[in-house]
This record gives sequence, structure tokens and C-alpha cells, in this order.
Amino acid sequence: MNFTLLSPSGFWNPLLWIAFLIIFAIIGYIIYARGNPGYKKNTEQVKPYLSGNAEPSKEEIMVRAGDIYWGFLEALKGYYDVLKTMHTGDMRDYILWYLGVGAIILFLLVGGV
Amino acid sequence: MSNLPALMIAVPLFGAFTTPLLKKRYQLASLWAIIITGVSVILSLLLAQEVMDKGIVMYVFGADNANLVLPSGYKVPIRIMFEIDAMGVFMAISATLMSFIGALYSYSHVKMETGLEKYYALLQLLEVGILGMVLTGDLFNLFVFLEIAGIAGSALVGFRNYRGEASEAGIKYLIVSSVASLMVLFSIGLLYGQYGNLNMAYLSRQIGFNTVDMIALGLLFTSFAMKCGAVPMHYWVPDAYTEVPAGINPPLLVATYASLYALFRVSFSLFATITWNMARVGWAMSIIGVLTMFIGVTMALVQHDVKRLMSYHAISQTGYMLLGVGVGLTVLHDPQALASYGRDAMAGGVFHIINHIIYKSLLLMTAGALFYVTGTRDLNKMGGLARKMPYTTIAFIVGAAAISGLPPFNGFASKFLIYETSYRLNPLLAVFAMVTSVLTLASFVKVFASAFLGPPLEKFEGAKEVPKPMIVAMLILAALCILFGLFPNVVLDKLVYPAVDALIKFAQYQTWGGLA
Repeated sequence: MNFTLLSPSGFWNPLLWIAFLIIFAIIGYIIYARGNPGYKKNTEQVKPYLSGNAEPSKEEIMVRAGDIYWGFLEALKGYYDVLKTMHTGDMRDYILWYLGVGAIILFLLVGGV
Repeated sequence: MSNLPALMIAVPLFGAFTTPLLKKRYQLASLWAIIITGVSVILSLLLAQEVMDKGIVMYVFGADNANLVLPSGYKVPIRIMFEIDAMGVFMAISATLMSFIGALYSYSHVKMETGLEKYYALLQLLEVGILGMVLTGDLFNLFVFLEIAGIAGSALVGFRNYRGEASEAGIKYLIVSSVASLMVLFSIGLLYGQYGNLNMAYLSRQIGFNTVDMIALGLLFTSFAMKCGAVPMHYWVPDAYTEVPAGINPPLLVATYASLYALFRVSFSLFATITWNMARVGWAMSIIGVLTMFIGVTMALVQHDVKRLMSYHAISQTGYMLLGVGVGLTVLHDPQALASYGRDAMAGGVFHIINHIIYKSLLLMTAGALFYVTGTRDLNKMGGLARKMPYTTIAFIVGAAAISGLPPFNGFASKFLIYETSYRLNPLLAVFAMVTSVLTLASFVKVFASAFLGPPLEKFEGAKEVPKPMIVAMLILAALCILFGLFPNVVLDKLVYPAVDALIKFAQYQTWGGLA
């Protein structure tokens, strides 16, 4: 059985890809194994050092979903303002969009360009 | 086995009508639904075998063959017919498999709800609607099954009617479905008024370039585009997918793509004469596809309700299918371009349908598992669940990697074809497709980081993995994501290219596989 997917100008063989993945994983493991062996789990060593302050509770310091990509969303604020205006949640708007798109499609097909 | 096409409808319909008899015996109702949907999977595989062996399968209700001549000598198809080609059977397998997975997952997921006999009856009725849509060769029949799927789907969306949001989403889905169905019926009326027939193969030979035909095409195109969640008519999708119980997400996804199938069937088979000469229909589909994928993914990025986020991704992924098939449709009239990349573009789009059904069902089920364990869908309130829910975590990683198009999962293979072929039509299309994939990955990294990673939270101290039937359903889909990704050419050769060829070689469809 042939496992190579031929595309119009290339090919993709997942099994070959996995073979390379395994080779690179082994190389990665060798590098990891040569690292500093001084790390000890479950000791004082793994606790964060916050300039002598007590560590806040996990709930307090967790990065929440709403905060991730804050910068990206802030940079695209104008774009998102438009999108939010479009998403009204109002059923009448849903139907208006349908009518609008229908009109454009009919224009293209019947009398348009 | 000669009645296989009729059995495809009769078996789930029988299940839908007998399940309400198991009122108050919810476990039995669940098991009955699992058995019925399991039998449907077997029937669809047998039907697939028959289509692969013999080509287009014709089934005429109430007669022995399709080209029976009336005593008067009038030779037109007047009976209801099922005309099943590779594209139809491809969708039928998706429908039966996802209904089975949905029933299996629901066994534990909704066991605390009441009225489960109605839930399972509606699930099977939804399956009937989808199967009818993808198997029929009759336009009015298509409308009837579209209605069945729409009504069953909206009842399931509003199933948790003790939540105001679920009732609202159910009503919205019902209204959108009704408006689309009404316009489909109106278009059917226009065609029937002109040609006096409802058989799609027969109509496709009569249809020309007159204004009434164009209006019918425009209305069918827009209505099915809205039903499959194309931008900017996608607003109902996040409402419906978020509120529907997670076990219904897989068949509801297939119901959405049954409308996409209808859009393809209308464009390639019914109006083949027009679309083969009008590249602008393909361009319209490709541009709607790009808009759908980009707006879908950017809206997903700002969500913090895990199911709503995934629902926007469902919209975004529909864009890839529209783009792939749209590219094929654009070059349909150019034999050289069609052979060079058009057929592969369509293969990418059609392959993405099954891939997306698999990984999006998986992801929505993991979202359902998170809700089952935490009682919330708000990602801001989750964290550190990977240690508590190891199987769900693995399933999520597989699904997230697949939807983001990471090799070697199934999403990569179909996106690979779409990128390459859309680039050939216009490089800008491929740029949008790739940027969308990057943003998809970013979005799922956010879900993974906020729900599964991080320190364990005190409030989830007692949380534990979901029940076994839910795990089994998720792992089956995760395994399919890996298998379809590792052996994409097997799926392409056995299922996808025959489906694409069924669309391209419309002359076969027009003659009921050579019968007429």
C-alpha cells in the first residue's frame, strides 16, 4: 500500500514525517539528559522566590483566558468593534443579513457583472 | 440488500418512533438508540460497498426501476427516487457514524436530565432528516427531509429548556431553518412551475439560463449557505452549538454539512449547465469561504465560553470547505485547470468535511466533558484540569492539533491540499487560509493553557475523569483523527476522490447512472 499523498506540485508522507519526529525527539532527549542533574523535585528548590514575599494563592496568580492575547486584541480594537456591532444576537438582524446576501447573489446571477 | 436505501431511512425512523415507548426507562432508551444508530452505521457501510462496486445506486419507491414508462407512453420520472452516488454515501457514513458516537456519549452525559426518551427519539429523527437529504434524488423530498432535520435539530438545541439561553437558541435555530426552508420551497416551486417535475437529474437536463432559473439558483445558494453557517449568515451557529447537549453536537454538525452537501449538489448537479459556464458562482463560493474562515476564527479568539469558542471555529472551518470546493467550481469550465488543480481543490474541500466532522465533534465533546466536571463553560473559571482528566486532555490535544492543521493529524492533509490549490487560483486566498490556521492554533493554545494547564485549583480538588462511555466516544474520534492523518491517501482514494468525481461527472448523475 502506498502511503504518500501526491498533491498538484508536491507530496506528503506522514510516516516519513513521524520517522523524522522520532529522530529529533531522540536528539532532544540526549541534549536534555546532558543537562544539570542538580534539580530536585518536591524540595525548597522548586518554590518561587518573590523577593521574600509570601507566595499568593494559585487562583490569584493564574493567567485567565480573558487575559491571554490582550495585546493582540487591543491592537485590533477597531476591527473587533465592527465585528461586535455585527453580532447583535437579534433575530431580525440575522434575517436582514440573509436578505442582503441573497440580493447580492441574485444581482451577480441575474443582472450583474 | 436491494432495499438498502429504504432501510437507511426506515431503521432510524423505526427507532425514533419506538424510543418514546421507553418512557421513564432512560437507560433502555439510551441502549436502544445506541443499537439503532449502530445498525445504521453497518447499513451505510454496506451501501458504500454497493456504490463502490456498482456505481450510482437508484432506488424507486413504488416501482421496480427508474425509467418506467406510463401506460400513456409519457416517459418522465414521477416517483420519489433515491439516487445515491459516492458523494451521497460519503455524507451518509458521516451521518450514521456521528449519530452513533453522539448516542454513545449521551449515555452518561445526559443521564441526569429528564425526558430522555424524547431526546433519543429526536436524535434518531435528526439522523433520518440528514440521511434523507443526502440520499434523495428528488427536490421536494430534499425539502421534506431538510424540514425534519431542522425541526428535530431545533428541539434538541432547546432540549435544556430550564435554561433561558437554550430555549432562545432553539427558537432562533427554528426560525433560521424555517426561513431557509421556505425559500428552498419557493425555489422548488419556481422550477416545478417551469418544468413540471421534481426529479433533480431530470431537472438538471432541462435547466437553462433564463431569469427564473437564475432566481431559483440564487435563492437555493443563499438558503443552503445560511444553513451551513457561511458568513455573514452564521449568527445562529454559536447560539445553537453552545446550547445543544454535547452528545448532539456530532449529528448537528453533520446536519449543518448536509446543507453544505445540498449547496454542492445544487451547484454541481442541478444547475450544472449554468455553473459550468459561470466562473462567478465559484468565485462567490471562494470569497464567502475566505470571509467565513477569517471572521469565524477572529471571533473565536475573543470568546471565553469554551463551547462558544469552538462553535466559532466550526464556522471558520466551514470556510475551508467552501474555499476548496469553490476553487474547483471556479475552474470547472477549464479542463486544463480542473485536471491540474481543480479536482484536488475539491478533494481538499470534501476531505475537510469528514475531517472537520471528526475533530470538531471530538472538541465539542471535550468541552461537554469540561462542563460535566466543572459545571461551567467559562474558561476564566477553569484551570489545572489536565491531572484530573487525563483522557479528556489527550482527546483535546489530538483534536486541537487536528483542527490547527498540525501534521500528522487529519486536518493537515485536507488543509495541505486546500492551501496548495487555492494558491494556484489566487495566492491571496492561500494567505488567508494559512493565517486562519495560525489563529486557530493560537485560540486552542489559549483553551489548553486556561482549562488544562496551570496549578490545580482548590475548587476542583474533588474533580475526576468523566464516565467511561464518554471517554470511549472521545477516544474513538481521537483515533480516527490519527488514522485519517496517517493514511490520508487511503481515505482520499476510497472515499473522497469518488465523491469529487461524482460531483464533476454530472452526466452520470443526470442519467441516473446510465439508466436513462
